[in-house]
Amino acid sequence: MKKDIILAGVGGQGIISIAAIIGYAALGQGMYLKQSEVHGMSQRGGDVMSNLRISHNEIASDLIPFGQADMIISIEPLEALRYLPYLSSEGWVITNTKPFNNIPNYPDPVLIMEEIGKVPHHIALDADGLAKEAGSTKAANIVILGAASPFLGMAYEKIEDAIRFTFRKKGDKVIDLNLNALKAGRDFATKNM
Amino acid sequence: MQKLLLLGDEAIAQGALDSGLSGIYAYPGTPSTEITEFIQNSTFAHENHIHSSWSANEKTAMESALGMSYAGKRTMVCMKHVGLNVAADPFINSAITGANGGIIVVSADDPSMHSSQNEQDSRFFGRFALVPILEPSHQQEAYDMVCYGFDFSEKFKIPVLMRITTRLAHSRSGVERRKDVRKQNDLKMPTDLRQFVLLPNLARKRYKNLLKDHSAFVAESDLSPFNKYIDGADKSKGIIVCGIAYNYLLENYPDRVVPHPVLKIGQYPLPRTLVEKMADECDEILVIEEGAPMVEELLKGYLGRGIKVHGRLDGTLPRDGELNPNLVAVALGKPDTYGLPVPELVVGRPPSLCSGCPHIDSYYALSETLSNLSNGRVFSDIGCYTLGALKPYEAINSCVDMGASITMAKGAADAGLIPSVAVIGDSTFTHSGMTGLLDAVNDKSPITVMILDNGTTAMTGGQDSQAFGKIEDICRGLGVEEAHIRILKPLKKYHDENVAIMKEELAYKGVSVIIPRRECIVAIDKRIREKFRNK
Repeated sequence: MKKDIILAGVGGQGIISIAAIIGYAALGQGMYLKQSEVHGMSQRGGDVMSNLRISHNEIASDLIPFGQADMIISIEPLEALRYLPYLSSEGWVITNTKPFNNIPNYPDPVLIMEEIGKVPHHIALDADGLAKEAGSTKAANIVILGAASPFLGMAYEKIEDAIRFTFRKKGDKVIDLNLNALKAGRDFATKNM
Repeated sequence: MQKLLLLGDEAIAQGALDSGLSGIYAYPGTPSTEITEFIQNSTFAHENHIHSSWSANEKTAMESALGMSYAGKRTMVCMKHVGLNVAADPFINSAITGANGGIIVVSADDPSMHSSQNEQDSRFFGRFALVPILEPSHQQEAYDMVCYGFDFSEKFKIPVLMRITTRLAHSRSGVERRKDVRKQNDLKMPTDLRQFVLLPNLARKRYKNLLKDHSAFVAESDLSPFNKYIDGADKSKGIIVCGIAYNYLLENYPDRVVPHPVLKIGQYPLPRTLVEKMADECDEILVIEEGAPMVEELLKGYLGRGIKVHGRLDGTLPRDGELNPNLVAVALGKPDTYGLPVPELVVGRPPSLCSGCPHIDSYYALSETLSNLSNGRVFSDIGCYTLGALKPYEAINSCVDMGASITMAKGAADAGLIPSVAVIGDSTFTHSGMTGLLDAVNDKSPITVMILDNGTTAMTGGQDSQAFGKIEDICRGLGVEEAHIRILKPLKKYHDENVAIMKEELAYKGVSVIIPRRECIVAIDKRIREKFRNK
């Protein structure tokens, strides 16, 4: 099994946390992993992306080739579109519908959603809203992870375990909140696949 | 032993800790910063008194490391590629003095300029200085090369340059630690106490020595575990591939078998015997290297009349920018792949000053102060505040290298552009601004220097600033008049007051320093979060 994932968002939205959780779950199953991150200047409110590759076989490149990503997981709708050249013809886009508007020329959100609608395989959900219902808008990234979970090729329990591990120092309340957020995303995806 | 999931930077740091490191010296710079931070956060490093606090700049870092090497201990210096320009004087001379305790200089290049002013290739510096270079292709190799590099450095009494690029520095993968963790060296003086005395008559001898050793370095490269000749049946083409580019080559062969002979380079000078073998066996050579076409140029020669070489110079690969699997595929004659086009409505989302950033208030005040004058008078520097060049501020007119704001403002004032303004951050000021300020004071240049003091090295993630609590004293010490050192608080509510102060100082026909002082908004946030965590 091999999954090539583009994680996208705006600096500070928590894409590195998603990568860490998937990474932990993958390593726990003896898989190989390579994850390329963006540090430095772009983190100041700019677009950020991470290449996450997990595989049962050794991985060569730190970068995913264009046209070969299995999915784009994005915490922001405009950012989901930015990386479409990476997506394979069978690939999925899993994205938040809630815009992060920090630029003066942010496009019309309705038109953005139209473009996302044109991608053959996509899941678009209001992760901020679902995260709020689960207890905190901060967990929007975990809702998105939940929505991506059916496509990761690993047991759901492994992802739950990885969440328990990641938030182990923050107490049961935070763990439960994030597990709920994960489930909310998962449920949305399974209903809308 | 279980594998650790480490960034390339962290793998290097862990490699150093496991190889008997006694001290790391560095100035923060993307993509090298995490090496030193890893050691600063290591309990093992604290318990074993391994030096890890930041240096004022890369030159002081390099020199301190040379001193630690003199005393017989293992030391590492880390910087981004342009930092090696700052450290070039001690670096080049360290090849002549040679080492005592092992010394590795890590220079992190940034092809495609993700966070830099240029994409210079540090391998040229290694070649220039005649020191051996290590260039890892993946995180495990980065880890392994550190111990090898220290051993090599002590065996040949020579500093070793380790060249990495952004992609390796900031990519995470599993790394297995060595079983035999080395202890730190004992204090041990150089056998020859004149080894580090580069008086001309002594330096000449040491230089001849270095030239002699260089043949030994070439021989070592031929035997190095990091230079591998992997045979292939199709000799119509041979491939020389350096550092991380090896991964992009393999990515193009799902079974990881390349049909052509491949020479994987991880150590320089180039392994002469292995390169000759390839040139003898193959009709032509494709060189795949990250950065500048250094190896390609060497093989091709100035006139290009020898062996047929392809790479970045003949357009087989792009002349500039970072490589990727697709570019390498095309160079191999394989089809390119591409997903869906980016929809037309997608606009750029450039980095910007954070909401609540003190620099915003400083820039609005400065722009208003200058509004009655002709445009183009503000020389700036390297840091978050460089983003003031972008909309909506468009408040600065230069960003060249660390410290250049003050000296360029001085030169422009010398030319008659009066008033000229310099805008520099606190940490950049102590890195390379102080000496330029002395020049301006000595010439009584009519410039106004704004030292934006946010109390941290913000752009690289909030490292301690060496300037903290010292700026006024430094300015006074350099001879700036007390009456023309003005401190203000960059907040909207003080805007008019701040503009008035700036106008006064701009009118002064000598050196004035304005220090807008307010803590970085991200640093405050981080501080509060840490406070909660510790409760």
